[in-house]
Parts: sequence; structure tokens; C-alpha cells
Amino acid sequence: MSAALPGMWRRALLMLAVLLLTGCAHKPKAPPEPVPWPSQPTSLLVLPPINESRDVKAPWGVLAQVTAPLAEAGYYVLPVAVVEQTLRDNGMTVAADIHAISHAKLREVFGADAVVYIKVREYGSTYTVVSGDAVVEVNAHIVDLRTGKLLWGNAATASSGEGRDPHNLAFMMVQALVSQLVNVATDASYKVAGRANQRLFGLNPTAVGGLQAGPRYVPPPPHH
Amino acid sequence: MRCLALAGAMLALAGCASKPPPPLYEWGGYQGQLYAHFRGDMASPLAQLGALLEQVQKTEAKGSAVPPGLHAHIAMLLLQAGQRDEAVGHLQAEKALFPESAHYMDWLIGRLQGAKS
Repeated sequence: MSAALPGMWRRALLMLAVLLLTGCAHKPKAPPEPVPWPSQPTSLLVLPPINESRDVKAPWGVLAQVTAPLAEAGYYVLPVAVVEQTLRDNGMTVAADIHAISHAKLREVFGADAVVYIKVREYGSTYTVVSGDAVVEVNAHIVDLRTGKLLWGNAATASSGEGRDPHNLAFMMVQALVSQLVNVATDASYKVAGRANQRLFGLNPTAVGGLQAGPRYVPPPPHH
Repeated sequence: MRCLALAGAMLALAGCASKPPPPLYEWGGYQGQLYAHFRGDMASPLAQLGALLEQVQKTEAKGSAVPPGLHAHIAMLLLQAGQRDEAVGHLQAEKALFPESAHYMDWLIGRLQGAKS
């Protein structure tokens, strides 16, 4: 078998061996020193996202899964459903109108240090020729409600097709049809939105544009 | 063979990744409940209330931390069920666990008590 190993697999194994040998050997270069935010908020008010996708569930899928990454990053996140209810009780149901509420008014009612504005750019099946993947793209920025200063902004994308072999075109053509149907039937976008949120709001100090840890963050103990 | 190579690659990548720290909070089914709430397709507010109260109980029994917003969310459901005093109790619980929420919790409690008198 080994003598008859197809050339492709031999190359793959060779590359794998190289990866195994080199993968851990080099310490990565020191990441770019993150620019500290002009102020450190302790509490975050997440407003209902603006939806630019065609799926009406998009803002809810994103809003339902934003508290965990932000809270695990060390922030107090105001209860998203209660905030939405308060806004609704005051006649605010359109996200664009909500995003236009003055900082002073937000601070008066919610008392948060900073506000998180989210836009859902894409949410759902992409309907391209070779892929029926669910794709979610979100961007967000955080503004200090005490000073009005922009603290942070970034964007992230996630797809249900991640990790698939991108070179096997014939397989993908068949799978595109299947996955498009499956993704529509099972609300796959919700899961993908969770991953996009994790990427955007999860703590990742080594990444450019990563979120800064909040005061409740407990760094993991060093391991050997 | 393909699986072997894939498993090898995963092993190679996993070997370098550091173990993620344990979560600060016990999330349980909270995010799923939030999604059901927003979509308006939860079984019923009372069923959700039961599920979330049970989650709090289990979390406390384990000695883990209840996530931010959970007590306030329970308060909102209690209010919808007409249980105003219990609702205030959970707003107070949110405030006790997370002093950062004090301003908003006091604002909500003030509105509730204002509506009562």
C-alpha cells in the first residue's frame, strides 16, 4: 500500500509531517501591542441590531447570542430582552430609530457605561453556484456613553461551509444542493451567527481589532 | 487514508492551541431561551419562566455563577404573569449579583412601584 501511495497523499503526508515538526517549534512573533481604549467601560448596553439581510430572524439570532461572548470577556451586559422590552414599551421598535437615540437619553434610562451598535450585513444561504452555505456577517462598534467617544469597532464573518475541502469541486456541487436545503430547513444561520459573534466579541488579544478585556475578566492560570 | 490525514492535521493544530479557560458563567439554555423569546415561538412565557428558574436553581446548587441578565429576564416574565413582588425580587437579585446594573434595575423598580401607587 505504501509503495502504491498516490502522489497526492504522499505529498499531503509529507506536508503534515513538516507541519507536525515545525508547527510548535516557532514561538509566534509578539502580537502588535493593542492600543488601549481611551476609557474602560464596565457595563455594556447592546441595542437591537440593524438588519441589512433578507432574513427577519437575523437580528434576533445575533442579539440572542451576544451576551455570552461579551460577558465572558469580562463585561456586565444589560439584559438584552428586558432592554428590548423597555424600548418597545416606549414605542421604539425600529432598530434604525433605536440606534439614533441620544447618548444622554440612553444613559438616563439604562445607566450603562457604553453602548454596542450592531449591524447584520448578511444572514443565511448565499445561493451561489457551488455552495449553499449559511453565511453570517456582522459588524459592531462600541461608544462610551459618558464621553461619546468611539472605543472599538470591528467585523466578522462565519460560514457553515468552513473546514470543507475547497478543492473537491464535484463533491461541493452535489453538497451545495443538499446543504442549501438543509440550511434552510434547520435554521443553520443561528448556529453560524453564534460563531460570528464569538469571533467578533470573543476575547482575542492577539488579533488585530480584538476586544479589550473587561473588569470581570479572570485570566486563565498559566500552564506548563 | 483521507480520515487519517485529517485526524493528523487536527492533532497537529490542536497540539499548539492552549486550553481555553473555564467559562465565568453557567449559560445552560439561556441563549436558546432568548432566541425563542425574540422570535415569539417559545412554548409559553410560563414554560420559559419554569425552565429559567430551574436553571438558576441548578446553577446555584453547583456553586456556579448565574449569567448577567438572567434574573432580570425572569423578572420580566414574572411581571407578564402578574407576579409583581416576585418580579421586584429578581430585579433586586440582578442588582445584588451585578452592581453595574443598579441604575437600570432601580429605574425598572421605580416604574413598577410608580405604576402600583
